[in-house]
Amino acid sequence: MKLIYERLLGGRQGTMGLVVLCAILFVVLPLTFDLFRLNLIGKYLSYAFVAVGLVLCWGYGGILSLGQGVFFGLGGYCMAMFLKLEASDPEATKIQSTPGIPDFMDWNQITALPKFWEPFHSLSFTLIAILAVPALVAFILAVAMFKRRVGGVYFAIITQAVAAILTILIIGQQGFTGGVNGMTDLKTLHGWDIRNDSAKYILYFVNCVLLVGAILVSRYILSGKLGLLLLAMRDKEERVRFSGYDVSNFKIFVFVNAAMISAIGGAMFVLQVGFMSPSLVGIVPSIEMVIFAAVGGRMSLIGAVYGTLLVNFGKTYFSESFPQLWLFLMSALFISVVMFFPDGLAGLYNKYVRGWVDKRMAALKGRRAIPRAAKAESVPGSAT
Amino acid sequence: MDGMSLSDMGSILAMQGFNGLSLFCVLLLMALGLAIIFGQMGVINMAHGEFMTVGAYTTFVSSHVASNYFPGLMSSYFLIAIVGAFVIAFALGYLTEYLMIRHLYRRPLDTLLATWGLSLGMQQAFRSIFGAKEVSATLPNWLMGSWQPTPGLDIPLNGLFVMALTALLTSGVVLLLYRSDFGLQVRATVQNRTMANAVGINTKKIDRITFALGCGIAGIAGATFTTIGSTGPTSGSLYIVDTFLVVVFGGAQSLLGTVVSAFGIAQAQSISEFFMNSSMAKVLTLAAVILILLIRPEGLLRAKVRR
Repeated sequence: MKLIYERLLGGRQGTMGLVVLCAILFVVLPLTFDLFRLNLIGKYLSYAFVAVGLVLCWGYGGILSLGQGVFFGLGGYCMAMFLKLEASDPEATKIQSTPGIPDFMDWNQITALPKFWEPFHSLSFTLIAILAVPALVAFILAVAMFKRRVGGVYFAIITQAVAAILTILIIGQQGFTGGVNGMTDLKTLHGWDIRNDSAKYILYFVNCVLLVGAILVSRYILSGKLGLLLLAMRDKEERVRFSGYDVSNFKIFVFVNAAMISAIGGAMFVLQVGFMSPSLVGIVPSIEMVIFAAVGGRMSLIGAVYGTLLVNFGKTYFSESFPQLWLFLMSALFISVVMFFPDGLAGLYNKYVRGWVDKRMAALKGRRAIPRAAKAESVPGSAT
Repeated sequence: MDGMSLSDMGSILAMQGFNGLSLFCVLLLMALGLAIIFGQMGVINMAHGEFMTVGAYTTFVSSHVASNYFPGLMSSYFLIAIVGAFVIAFALGYLTEYLMIRHLYRRPLDTLLATWGLSLGMQQAFRSIFGAKEVSATLPNWLMGSWQPTPGLDIPLNGLFVMALTALLTSGVVLLLYRSDFGLQVRATVQNRTMANAVGINTKKIDRITFALGCGIAGIAGATFTTIGSTGPTSGSLYIVDTFLVVVFGGAQSLLGTVVSAFGIAQAQSISEFFMNSSMAKVLTLAAVILILLIRPEGLLRAKVRR
């Protein structure tokens, strides 16, 4: 019991953060916004999976991946392939020259379903593939790079190139992938219409549950010995290696985990938004997702969610009202977060708000407040 | 290809080879500045493409000024524009290093993000100043037309000009790095920063000038590109991934490696374009580069550096 409390929920501080997050996600947001906006928030929250994954591998592991969009995209495309096949049954596509295959294949003069599409008729295969395909790609990349002790900037560049390759490939092979438009017109999931209002509500809540689940799993990973090792590796890799640990295995583990979490986000994105396109895979979305994590605080799992929401709300608001200004703001955000607030929102919270909250909490319970400075020292990088 | 005569085949091969050479020059020009910065400081400058665009817009503006106010200068404005592009990009690079990069030397990954932010801002600035539409400089007459050594073979003059300039710039950089006092100080800093400091080299100043120099070279590259294509706010970011790969593939701290890898990537791409469509050719080339990097992470050539 204590183990669950300390490790999964992160002690008193962590539980409080989690409760507040759940209250916002499950109660406040659904009550304040209409369905259209809520669906939009659901879309943002699917990006938050990537940000949580980045906290895991970048914040703690020190592995900056500029290609998380690849894993988001692979998860999303696996889901979209299943939905697309279901949407293109022979009945619905009888006006095509080859009924029963997705419409974009028909437009590209493809007359039979390609072999690698066949297994996506099965939902269980698809659900496994959503996790397995990105995990496999991440595993291969990570083994090749980390076993040879390549990291840092090199790794960032290589992952970025992978994102570029996947985008070009998807756009180039439009007969198999839907090209630049992606896969559109997704209708049902195993006979369940995902476009009507009740489905949108349900999907939003499923998304939130999965997101909180991803945070809990990540926290469990980080609060154990592995989390400490990751931190140690990030700061003094050689010293950990000389202490007898196989550094690369930990890095591979955490990177594959981050990839799988991102992939869940991709699948949830497809279910909620109803399409998937290469514009979510490439370099620009991948690096934007890094800034979500950075704004929230690269060391904070819960902060990643707030960071994602904040940046995306800002993006929607400013690009609707002042399109000229948005890129300048985004630019300023990148630079200022990196240069002045490297710990993001979570850092600001810890510095200015946390002491006050602690005092209030202690006053409520009639106990003496724990001195803030001592507390901050004793739990460096506690997963708030 | 049965209906083709041997000379046709020869011409096609020559043209394809020439295309490869053009791409080689483009990649090399872009990678040169980046290689210097990366080799020297281990910093990846994501805004490198935008410094190129600065050079390209400088050329556009000077061509505009020349054709409207000084028609007599039309034939020679281009050379002035190149110098102007270098000076402006150098100054901007110097400023960037002073305001941003030097605070982040201990956090190379953060530099990546910060310079990406810078590139977004610069792109939007270009869009606000010059508009979203692509512009192109009016070329002087001596850059127009083509050279036909044999019938059927058509070599554009601007391509030749780009090649000549690439050769000139590359040898200039090599001379600067390996035959000048400044180059000696740069190499000393790369090889052992602490010792370089101890013998009285101002390594901070060297860093700043090297960064600015890399940006200046990007400016020249941008000016050169106006002879073969038009310039838009985002044209710098189009090639940026290829450029990074060229530098990483060649092996950091090795100028020769950069040259070799630019050549290899360019030829691989243009030759495979002969057999398949260009997007697949690009995918295959990039995938091959990554595969080789996975097997040989230090790149093709690696300078002997004591870290």
